[in-house]
Amino acid sequence: MLEFRIKAQRGRFRLEVDSRFRSGWTVVFGPSGAGKSTILRILAGLEIPDEGRIVFDGETLTDTATNRNVRPGRRRTGLVAQNPALFPHLNAASNVAYGLATLDSRARVNRVHEMLELADAKGLANRLPRDLSGGEAQRVALARSLAPLPRLLLLDEPFSALDGAASDSLLSRLQQWTTDHGVQAVLVTHDATDAFAAGAEVALLREGSMYAQGPAAEVLGHERQRMIDRLDGSGMRN
Amino acid sequence: MIDWQAFALTIKLATITTAILLVIAVPLSALLVLGKSRWLALLEAFTVLPLVLPPTVLGFFLLVLLGLRTPVGRAIAAVLGHPLAFSFAGLVVGSVIYSLPFAVQPVVAGFSSVEPALIDAARVLGAGPARLVLSLLVPLARRSILAAAVLGFLHTVGEFGVVLMLGGDIPGATRTLSIVLYNQVESFDYAAASHTAALLLGLSVVALAAIYIGGRWRGGRNA
Repeated sequence: MLEFRIKAQRGRFRLEVDSRFRSGWTVVFGPSGAGKSTILRILAGLEIPDEGRIVFDGETLTDTATNRNVRPGRRRTGLVAQNPALFPHLNAASNVAYGLATLDSRARVNRVHEMLELADAKGLANRLPRDLSGGEAQRVALARSLAPLPRLLLLDEPFSALDGAASDSLLSRLQQWTTDHGVQAVLVTHDATDAFAAGAEVALLREGSMYAQGPAAEVLGHERQRMIDRLDGSGMRN
Repeated sequence: MIDWQAFALTIKLATITTAILLVIAVPLSALLVLGKSRWLALLEAFTVLPLVLPPTVLGFFLLVLLGLRTPVGRAIAAVLGHPLAFSFAGLVVGSVIYSLPFAVQPVVAGFSSVEPALIDAARVLGAGPARLVLSLLVPLARRSILAAAVLGFLHTVGEFGVVLMLGGDIPGATRTLSIVLYNQVESFDYAAASHTAALLLGLSVVALAAIYIGGRWRGGRNA
């Protein structure tokens, strides 16, 4: 279970959230600028909130009251950002191997192979990031973040460069993998279809505050109707 | 016509100085770029200070500091068995301090140009400060590091004020090509001076050409 209470001021933007994510998959849904990425960066330990506490499975990762902030690499947390941020001087396989420094070379090779296969990126192993398309780079970035076997997986619009079918297929495989390995995942998106596709608990974020939390059909009922109306509208025009 | 002993000494001084500069500049630049402390601004100011300080002033301060009149100079003399002033080792210390900004500035610029998202990704994947520098910043800023090495080397080759103040003019120990050139002009031996000057110019042109040819050969202008 992931519990967090975060207060952070970033310029004129104020983030103030207090939530518990109990289910294996939680989708944080909200418009651009709602604070979704900031929450993920704070959960990953890349930013320290002005005030707050983050507890994951009973372990305190951040507590501003006691000046505790576990280093990003020690949280066993994976982060896949919208920008794949692949290391440009390393090929795809070496990118995936980057977080596996503690494994021996045979185990490392096996893990890299396994993760590239999971992300449907096996054929990309020897390619440099500059030779990858946006979608391919996102697949490699996903494989890289899964390789160290994180306990908590933070996904910031990780499939934005993939088409709908490829995105759904990868999401479904990823959900199976996280279930098999007991990994809790938090997916951030501004696309309601992602939220429904994940079939997960949804937390609705607006202007830095958690507005609602619950099943997708309940929390995003309004969004669902809006999408249906849009589809009906486009059908009439055709 | 050419003082080859001074030439060899100059190359030796510049090579040792450049090696030490890189060992200092890489971690120092990483600290300046990645560090969060407000005191780092002060550290950066001290690093850049030799850039604006007249070389003779810096040489004078070092001469006093490393001489036998100060506790620091006496302690060093006790360890080495001789004072650092007017010795080759003293020249190395002076050259490193004087050329430090020429090595640190390009490396800081190179490290700063690395995309923050890459640094974040490496940190989340478990990279500590040393691995972050060695596996990410150094390879991505390799051209800047090459530029720092060449600038540090050339700056040391052409150094005059600090060398004269701190090392004097001892053949085989502290007499570099710049001192030779000065002596030749002082004695109106313009023919010899023109050879020495041409040699110094040639060294600079070859080294700078190496930077630019290396950059074009790698086919990129990044970092």
